[in-house]
Amino acid sequence: MKKLLEKLVASIFTVSGLLTSIVILLIVGFLFSEGAGLFRNRIIDPGYVLAVNKSNPVRELSPEQIKAIFDSDLVDWAEVGGDSGPIVPFRLEDADRYFSEAQLGPNYEHAGRLIAELIERTPGIVAFVPGQMLPPDAEIAFIEDRTISFSEIFAGKEWFPTATPSPLFGIVPLVTGTLWVSFFAILFAFPFGIGVSVYLSEIASERTRQLLRPVIELLNGIPSVVYGFFGLVVIVPLLQRVFGLPVGESGLAGSIVLAIMALPTIIAVAEDAMHNCPRAMREASLALGATQWQTIYRVVIPYSISGIASGVVLGIGRAVGETMAVLMVTGNAAVIPTSILEPLRTIPATIAAELGEAPAGGAHYESLFLLGIVLFFITLAINLGVEAISSKSRS
Amino acid sequence: MYVGRLLIAVRFVRLGLARVNKGSLIFSVACCFLSLWFGDAQAQRIKGSDTLLPLTQTLSEHYLSEHPGAGLVVTGGGSGVGLAALREKTTDIAMTSRRIRFGEKMKFAESGQKIEEVAVARDALAVVVHPSNPIDRLTRSQLEAIFRGKITNWKEVGGPDRPIVVYSRETSSGTYEFFRESVLEGKNYMSGILSMPATGAVIQSVSQTPGAIGYIGLAYLTPRLKPLAVSYDGEHYVYPSVESASDGSYPVVRPLYYYYDAAQRASVEPFVDYVLSDEAQRIVKEKGFIPIVKK
Repeated sequence: MKKLLEKLVASIFTVSGLLTSIVILLIVGFLFSEGAGLFRNRIIDPGYVLAVNKSNPVRELSPEQIKAIFDSDLVDWAEVGGDSGPIVPFRLEDADRYFSEAQLGPNYEHAGRLIAELIERTPGIVAFVPGQMLPPDAEIAFIEDRTISFSEIFAGKEWFPTATPSPLFGIVPLVTGTLWVSFFAILFAFPFGIGVSVYLSEIASERTRQLLRPVIELLNGIPSVVYGFFGLVVIVPLLQRVFGLPVGESGLAGSIVLAIMALPTIIAVAEDAMHNCPRAMREASLALGATQWQTIYRVVIPYSISGIASGVVLGIGRAVGETMAVLMVTGNAAVIPTSILEPLRTIPATIAAELGEAPAGGAHYESLFLLGIVLFFITLAINLGVEAISSKSRS
Repeated sequence: MYVGRLLIAVRFVRLGLARVNKGSLIFSVACCFLSLWFGDAQAQRIKGSDTLLPLTQTLSEHYLSEHPGAGLVVTGGGSGVGLAALREKTTDIAMTSRRIRFGEKMKFAESGQKIEEVAVARDALAVVVHPSNPIDRLTRSQLEAIFRGKITNWKEVGGPDRPIVVYSRETSSGTYEFFRESVLEGKNYMSGILSMPATGAVIQSVSQTPGAIGYIGLAYLTPRLKPLAVSYDGEHYVYPSVESASDGSYPVVRPLYYYYDAAQRASVEPFVDYVLSDEAQRIVKEKGFIPIVKK
């Protein structure tokens, strides 16, 4: 009977372990299948074409050029390799301005014909219209559509996921923003974290330790949006005054908030590692005449270095993946950061802010999953780092 | 080792859940049960813009308390979703925070549906700066240049020598889209713009940043911010207020619409008429929107 029960418990544990692994694999698979779909998307919105006048020699435009044209930043065809002449961008929404309701007909049955004629008689036009609307016999030419290329995403420097006719999915600003803010976060958190854990494990009395540990662990229990709001209301104005910045929302504000959030992880893991340093080693060191400080940095820290490193790397992991706090204090400007005092945008903040409204299955939605994959690899690399460090110590 | 991976997984599951609007879900489920309970097959379905959702829910509660026999189901989802549902006949009224797009009109025309448009309320956007900013007014083209990053210092528009810090909303917001269409004429914001996740964050940031400029719904104006007078023609500058937005002199105003199938007019008309009544328009004003003026 007892044996049966034991077997049952063992099988329950096996099944639950198996289920967890399968769910994790399924989520990862889902992430990859959704994210990879981005490369099948075309640069121009689906169902639409960019039509130009037949006399126009330009047949290829990059997404950046298309955006610049429709933003009126590029105004001459010579700038994109055509004959000199003004560019006239036309959107379907402009149809009301060019034609009267009477011309368009009660059910807009004449719209396609009218727009085709407009394209035929305007040499500089580039029209963004649904492909099936234009009559097949119209004498017009089209800008070639192609799928979004690998380099446009991974080397693209502009993130405009909702721009029409051609959204831009350059993830460079987001990846650099994430790494930049995490790097500075760990730069701030490392000395404080090590300092506090040395104090707790070596210097503080048992009573102080019993009191301080729960307080620091309490930091873990605060919702990240509270940290974010604290950052926005306290840290942001403070930085603005101290550094005389035009804008306080910056990478620095983000890294300070993240450093505070990473501290409990670093302290808990590093302090545990130091605490596990055998009493015999400490006493041997003291017996040889070393002072307490010499014991700490010559014996305790070297002994527990792998534990300290694991704590720091886990702290980085927390900083890289943090969403809400960063969303509120970094300003979310999608530019490649050149200094820590400028606003920047991170991957988790982008996913959190945009996924809710991105139409499911569209290019924007898939690009956010692709960002999830990038974040996954960053975190994976960090976790492998922890693994490597802790296995090194064991051997 | 697995902690990091699990965290990511949990985060995505959470995001997935967040996509379902809980309030509207509960409301619609409750309405479904109610209509089953009363066996009312005549329930009107209203779907669309999240801007209009709270207003329409309040109005429908008032309407139902006056007409106990009627049935109304109000759900959100966004303006585009509402219009798509109207085309597929899964809703009777579509709420939108923007006018129907030409492309959408074409689709209705293709399927042979004739749709009616009713403006039920309006919403004004105020352009705000830090209270210490001496600038009082800007034209639309100046605003366009500022939000597109062509003007980067206040001295270029007659203010002090101080860099302009431009706050915007996230791309998912309807306010972001409307401001882009109305003030930027469909062009894109500059890439270095600061995007805030909520109106509250815009207010907080603009009120603590001396060089800041941003835009918020009129209902959110507080004394911590200074609204600017805006001119679209370069001559007449108007301050945002419920009055100036009502009489049409303030330009950054968007009408909020109901769309319905003309063939269904008889069944939807009682509620639409109620929404346009004086009593309902008073609720519109209480909710911080601008009432529709009757001609």
